Amino acid sequence: MSCIQTIQDYGLRALGIGERLLPREDFTLCEQFTLIGSGMIWNVYFGLTALVFGFFFATALALGKASPRKILRKPSEWFIFVFRGSPLFIQFFFAYFLFLSLKSQSIYLDSLTSAWLGALIVLFFNTSAYSAEIFYGALQSIPKGEVEAADAYGLSGWKRFKRVVWPTMLRLAWPAYTNEAIFLFHATTLVYISGFPAFQQRGDSLYYASYFAAKTFNPFIPYPILAGYFILLTLIVISAYGLVNRRLNRHLPADRRQKIRLRPNLIR
Amino acid sequence: MRPPPKSHTIYSYCADPSQIEGLKWLSCYLTTGKHINLYWSVLTVLALLAITAPAALAFGFGGATAARSRIAPLRWIGKTYIAIVRGVPDIAFFLFFVIALDQGIEYLRHQALCPDWDQPIRQGNDFLVCQAAKMPLGNAPQWIHEVYGFGLAVVTFAIVFGAFAANVLFGAMRAVPHAQIETAEAYGMSPRQTFWRVVVPQMWVYALPGLGNLWMVLIKATPLLFLLGVEDIVYWARELGGTKTTRFTDYPHPDWRIWYFLALLIFYLVFTYVSEKVLDLLMQRLTRGQATTGGEAQRKAT
Repeated sequence: MSCIQTIQDYGLRALGIGERLLPREDFTLCEQFTLIGSGMIWNVYFGLTALVFGFFFATALALGKASPRKILRKPSEWFIFVFRGSPLFIQFFFAYFLFLSLKSQSIYLDSLTSAWLGALIVLFFNTSAYSAEIFYGALQSIPKGEVEAADAYGLSGWKRFKRVVWPTMLRLAWPAYTNEAIFLFHATTLVYISGFPAFQQRGDSLYYASYFAAKTFNPFIPYPILAGYFILLTLIVISAYGLVNRRLNRHLPADRRQKIRLRPNLIR
Repeated sequence: MRPPPKSHTIYSYCADPSQIEGLKWLSCYLTTGKHINLYWSVLTVLALLAITAPAALAFGFGGATAARSRIAPLRWIGKTYIAIVRGVPDIAFFLFFVIALDQGIEYLRHQALCPDWDQPIRQGNDFLVCQAAKMPLGNAPQWIHEVYGFGLAVVTFAIVFGAFAANVLFGAMRAVPHAQIETAEAYGMSPRQTFWRVVVPQMWVYALPGLGNLWMVLIKATPLLFLLGVEDIVYWARELGGTKTTRFTDYPHPDWRIWYFLALLIFYLVFTYVSEKVLDLLMQRLTRGQATTGGEAQRKAT
C-alpha cells in the first residue's frame, strides 16, 4: 500500500472518516505519521476552541478579581484557586463522572459525556483560570500614569477600559499568555487518557501514539513522531502570538518592546 | 508496603454491615480492607514526592552545572537535556520513559547475563530477552514488582522534573552578581572553588521562587502515577467508586466515583494551599537581609 493511499485512508481517521479498522500489524512509518497526525486535529480543536472562548472569560475573571466589590471578587478568586490549585488530570476525572450523573437527569445533557464537549468545558474553565491569573497580574502592573492620563482626557467606565486599560493589560500579559497557550495545547493530550472515552477509536495524537507503542512494544518511533508534531505546533503558536505581540507593541520604541521568551513547559 | 487486612478488625459492630445504617455504616464502609489500601496509596504519593523532590534537584543541579561547563561536549549535553523538555507534552515523556527505561534495563542485563543468545531482541512486534534478564524476574514476589514499578516512576519523574529544575538553577547561577565571582577570582580562587564557595551558596535565594513553583507543579503531577501503572489514588478511587452489587461486597452502593474524585480534588486543593503558605514563609525568611527588591521592601517595612 502506497503512502498516498494510507493518507487517504487514515488522514481523517480521528474524525471517523476513512478506513474504519486501525492497522493491526506490520506498521509502516507512513501509517504512524498519518494516524498520529490525524489525531492532532483533536489537539488543535481542543486547544484553539478553549483558547478563543477562554480569552473572554479570563478577561471577565481578571476584572472580577481586581474588583473592589466583594461580591465580584470572591467568586473569581475561588474559581481561579480551584482550577489552578488542583491537577487537571483529576479535574477531567471529576468532570467526567459529574457529567455522567447529570446525563441520567436529562437527555439534553447527553453530549456532555463525550470528549468534544465535556473535555472542552473542562479545558475552557482551566485555561480561563490560568489566563485570568496572568491578566490579573498585568492589570495590577498597568502604569499609574496611563490611567491618570485617561482620567484627564475625560474617559471613564467602558471607554477608559476599552481604549486604555485593556490594550495595556494585553500588552503586558502577552508573553506570559503565549506560554499559557503552549501549555494548553500540551494539556490537550490528557483528554483521552483520563476518563473520556474515545468513541470508535477516534482519539487525539497521544491516543494513537500510545496505541502504536502498546502494539509494537517500541516507544522509540511513535513518541518522537508525536514530539515532532508538537514542536511544530509550538512553533506555529509562537509565531502567531508573536504577530499579535508586534501589533500590541507597535507604538513603543524598539528597545522597550516586550520579547516573548519561551519558558519550559509545566504540568497542570 | 501494603498489608491488606482481610476482614474487619477495627470495629466489632461491623460484623454484619446489612444491619447497620447511617454514620455507623459509613464508618465501617470507610475502613474496609480496600479503603485501607486507598489510604496507603496516599502515603505512596507522599513517598513519591519525598523521594522525587531531592532526586530531581540532584538531576537539575547536574544538568545546570553541565550546561555552564567549560568543556564543550558536556555543555551540549546539559543544554540539550534542558532544551528537550521544551515544546513537547510532558505526558508523552512519562509514557515514553517508563517503557524506554524498562527495555533499556532489560537490554543491558540481557547483554551481561546471556552473551551466547543469538536471536535478535526485536522480533517484529515483540521485545524478547532471555529469562534471566527479565526485570523483575518472573518468579519474583508481588511486592518486588510493585517496588520496581514505583522505582521506575521515581526515576521518570526525576528525569522530567530534573530538566525543569536544571532550567531554574541555571538561571539562578547566572543571577548571582558577577562582581562576586570577579572578587573570588581576584582572591586567587580556582573555578571549582569559585563555584562551590561563592556561586552555590548564593544562588538559592534566586532559585527559590522557581523551585517553589516547581514543587506546586510536582504535587499536581502526582496523579500521573496512574499512567505509569502504579496503583495510586486515582486507581483506587476508580476501583472503589464504581457500582457495587451485593454479589461482590457487603457494602453495595451505586456509582460513587464522583464523590471519590471530589475528595481527591479537595485533597489536592488543601495540599497546594498549605504548600503555598509554607513557601511564602520560607521566602520571607530567605529574603531577609538580601540585596534584592524583596529584602529592600522588608527593610523599609520595619
